[in-house]
Amino acid sequence: MLRFENVGLRYGMGPEVLGDINFSVAPQSFQFLTGPSGAGKTTLMRLMLLSLKPTRGTIHVFGRDSSGLTKNDLTALRRRIGAVFQDFRLLDHLTTYENVALPLRAMGREESGYRAEVVELLRWVGLGDRMNASPPVLSGGEKQRAAIARALIVRPELLLADEPTGNVDPGLARRLLRLFVELHRLGTAVVIATHDLNLMDQFGFARRLTVGDGKLKILDGLAS
Amino acid sequence: MNEPIAEPMLAVEPEPAFETHAPLIPGDSVAGRALIVVIAIMTFLACLTAGAALLVADASQAWRSDVLRDATIQVKPRAGDDVDGLVAKTVAIAGKAVGIESVHALTNAESEKLLEPWLGAGLDLSELPVPRLILLKLRGRRGDDLTALRKALASAVPEADLDDHRVWASRLGAMAGAVVTLAAALFALMIVAMGTAIGFATRGAMAGNREIVEVLHLVGASDAFIAGEFQTHFRRLGFRGATIGGLAAIAFFAIAAFLSFWSAHSPGGAEMAAMFGSFALPLSGYLALVVVCAAVTLLTGFLSRAIVMRHLRSLSR
Repeated sequence: MLRFENVGLRYGMGPEVLGDINFSVAPQSFQFLTGPSGAGKTTLMRLMLLSLKPTRGTIHVFGRDSSGLTKNDLTALRRRIGAVFQDFRLLDHLTTYENVALPLRAMGREESGYRAEVVELLRWVGLGDRMNASPPVLSGGEKQRAAIARALIVRPELLLADEPTGNVDPGLARRLLRLFVELHRLGTAVVIATHDLNLMDQFGFARRLTVGDGKLKILDGLAS
Repeated sequence: MNEPIAEPMLAVEPEPAFETHAPLIPGDSVAGRALIVVIAIMTFLACLTAGAALLVADASQAWRSDVLRDATIQVKPRAGDDVDGLVAKTVAIAGKAVGIESVHALTNAESEKLLEPWLGAGLDLSELPVPRLILLKLRGRRGDDLTALRKALASAVPEADLDDHRVWASRLGAMAGAVVTLAAALFALMIVAMGTAIGFATRGAMAGNREIVEVLHLVGASDAFIAGEFQTHFRRLGFRGATIGGLAAIAFFAIAAFLSFWSAHSPGGAEMAAMFGSFALPLSGYLALVVVCAAVTLLTGFLSRAIVMRHLRSLSR
């Protein structure tokens, strides 16, 4: 599904921030990406989302070498990936409903065809009464849930979530994690970047990818 | 992956009313309002230019049509000539010529009246070597038919000089053509200026909405989809600007036509009407202004789409 081979990345003429990254994400797998702040978790997530080009090595996404992708290929692949960003990246001038529906709208689907689906998901993440609210008036936790709902609405084959529980209380964090696990059981490969050790301990079956000093270490989970 | 994500909390509740399809590019911005003003002014000027060109073209057509339906024979008597005899002979020849509908020799009284503004009242033409005029009304506008008449006059009445007004009509046509060409060039310049303003505005909007473009890409929007959103946004701005400018131009021509009609019986108004026609755009002229407005709207949308597509293609991820 996703394979990194000797991937390295540097910004401009600076030193390599990531080097010799080798790993793969199998279909229907569940893994945490962890490491200290500034270690390069978000950069690695951006490489996985194909929003950054590696300076060396190759990335294969859904069996395609990312270096030979056209923009249309890239669009098609991104529609199979759901992403939750650390800074949410919600559009402030749209309502919560519109933000969550955005990927479906971008696919050219008719609003009448997805409305019930979006409403259902918003209620599930506890935003049923905030559909008309715009992001500036949402709390951090509400924004987080809206961002997660936006990533899930397309039922992605691969879910990349960068600190998805960073702004929510422990109860909601567990509930959101259960949602990710359920999604994983339905066939989605999940990669969650976090440095919340407690959270990772609750899901011992998950593989752990640890970034540090620009390198990646892999610790297989109990049932991976 | 086509199964529902989760079953819990699926209690059937009535769907609340909420906004569902706001534009992805925020509509109300200072730059957007500035562009509307620029498009409105440019559309107004473009409509004025187009309308003025249409008026001149129509007036020129009417002048030439009138001028080419008439011809004039001047009988220039020499000392001792029997002027009335020459005029009668000329009238007789002209009356028999092909393509002549009617012949009217100006009487002395009519000639004196014509010259009155220059030579004063109480003039006696018999004392002056003033040519006598014979007006011919032609069938249709075919000046070619006058060749035979010209030859007949040359042999029978050498003092008679036939003028079919072609030179005058040709000069009028050239002048009107020059005015229309100048108007077309001005129109083209305005469209280019408007296009440049739209280009700047589109690039500004792309820079101002970089975050939106990025998010759209990340959620799987194609370049065509993003460009389509910008196109819709700019077409709306273009429509508002073109409507304001177009309505102002239509109001201008309607008021000008009303004033022209109202002052038609005054001396100045009559002269203006003689020079420029009624100064009233025909219905087809107003339709042309509507077409200009529609074209501006479409141009705004397509131009912004082309610029956005070009910019997105040049972006590396």
